Amino acid sequence: MNPDLVGRVFAPVSPYLVGREKVREFARAVFATSPLNHDPAAASAAGYADVVAPPTFAVVLQEATLAQLLAEPDAGIDFSRVVHGEQRFSYTRPIVAGDELTATLSVTSVKTLGGNAMVTAESVIVDPQGSHVVTAISTLVVRGDDA
Amino acid sequence: MNLDKLDHRDDKLDHRDDTLDHRALAVGDVVAERTFSLTRDSLVRYAGASGDFNPIHYRDDVAASVGLPGVLAHGMLTMGVAVQPVVDWLGTAGWVSDYGVRFTRPVVVDPLEGASVTVVAKVGVVGEGTARIDLTVTYNNETVLGKAQAQVTFN
Repeated sequence: MNPDLVGRVFAPVSPYLVGREKVREFARAVFATSPLNHDPAAASAAGYADVVAPPTFAVVLQEATLAQLLAEPDAGIDFSRVVHGEQRFSYTRPIVAGDELTATLSVTSVKTLGGNAMVTAESVIVDPQGSHVVTAISTLVVRGDDA
Repeated sequence: MNLDKLDHRDDKLDHRDDTLDHRALAVGDVVAERTFSLTRDSLVRYAGASGDFNPIHYRDDVAASVGLPGVLAHGMLTMGVAVQPVVDWLGTAGWVSDYGVRFTRPVVVDPLEGASVTVVAKVGVVGEGTARIDLTVTYNNETVLGKAQAQVTFN
C-alpha cells in the first residue's frame, strides 16, 4: 500500500439526506426496537426532531467515502484482500431523520504489520451549517500474499 | 415480510428508562444481557439496509472460493446489534455518543441453524454524566469483537 496516502483529504461526497424510512429500515436490520428509532411521536417527546438513527447508522454515509479510497488509482488497495479491522463512531449529537449530512474522508495512518497493510481513514460528517455530527473511523486490513 | 421475527429477544430486561439512575452505577455492574439469533435472512436484510452487498455475506460459493468456512455476518451487523442492549437500557435517559470495536473473529451463519450471538454489557468506567459500557460479544463461546466499548452520555 502507498504510504503517501497518509494525510490525503478527499473531496466531500454529495450531501446525504437522512430519510425516516431509511432510519426505520436500518433500525430493523440491526434489531433496534426502541420507539426512538421508529416512532416520530416518541422521538419528539424525547426532544428529537424526528426518528433517531441507531449508533452505527453513519456507516451508510461512510461507505461512499471509503469507496473513494478504494478507487484511488495510486492507493494500491486490492479490494478482494480487504478485511474490516476496526470501526469507531464519535458523535457530537445523534443523527435524526431530516438531517442533510456531508462526509469528507481523510487518511490518518498507513502501517505494515506482519505482511499485512493497515490503513486507517476517518470520515468527518457535518450538517449544512458545517457543525460536526459524527466522525466515522475505519481501519481496513489488506491481507498480504501469505495471510 | 416477517417482521415479527425481529422481536425475538431472549433478554429479561424491559425498557428501564423510568428506573435508570446513572448516579447509582458502579464499575462492574451488568446493565444488559441478550442473545440474538442471526439468520441468513438477517444478513440479506442488513445488506439492503446498509448497502454492503459483498457476496461473502450471502453466497456460499463465493465464501468458499475465498477460503472462508461459510457465509459470514457483516462485521458491521454484529457491531450494530451488539450495542442495542445498551440503547434499550438507556431508553430516553441518555444516548451512545461514542462506540468502537475491533473485529477479531468472524461469525459464520449456518443456512439452517443461523448463529447465536450473545452480548453482555457491563459498566467499565463511571464519569461525570457519562459512563463507558464494555461489551462482551460471543459466538460459539468465543469473543468476536475486541475492545467493544460504548461511551454513553446521560441527558
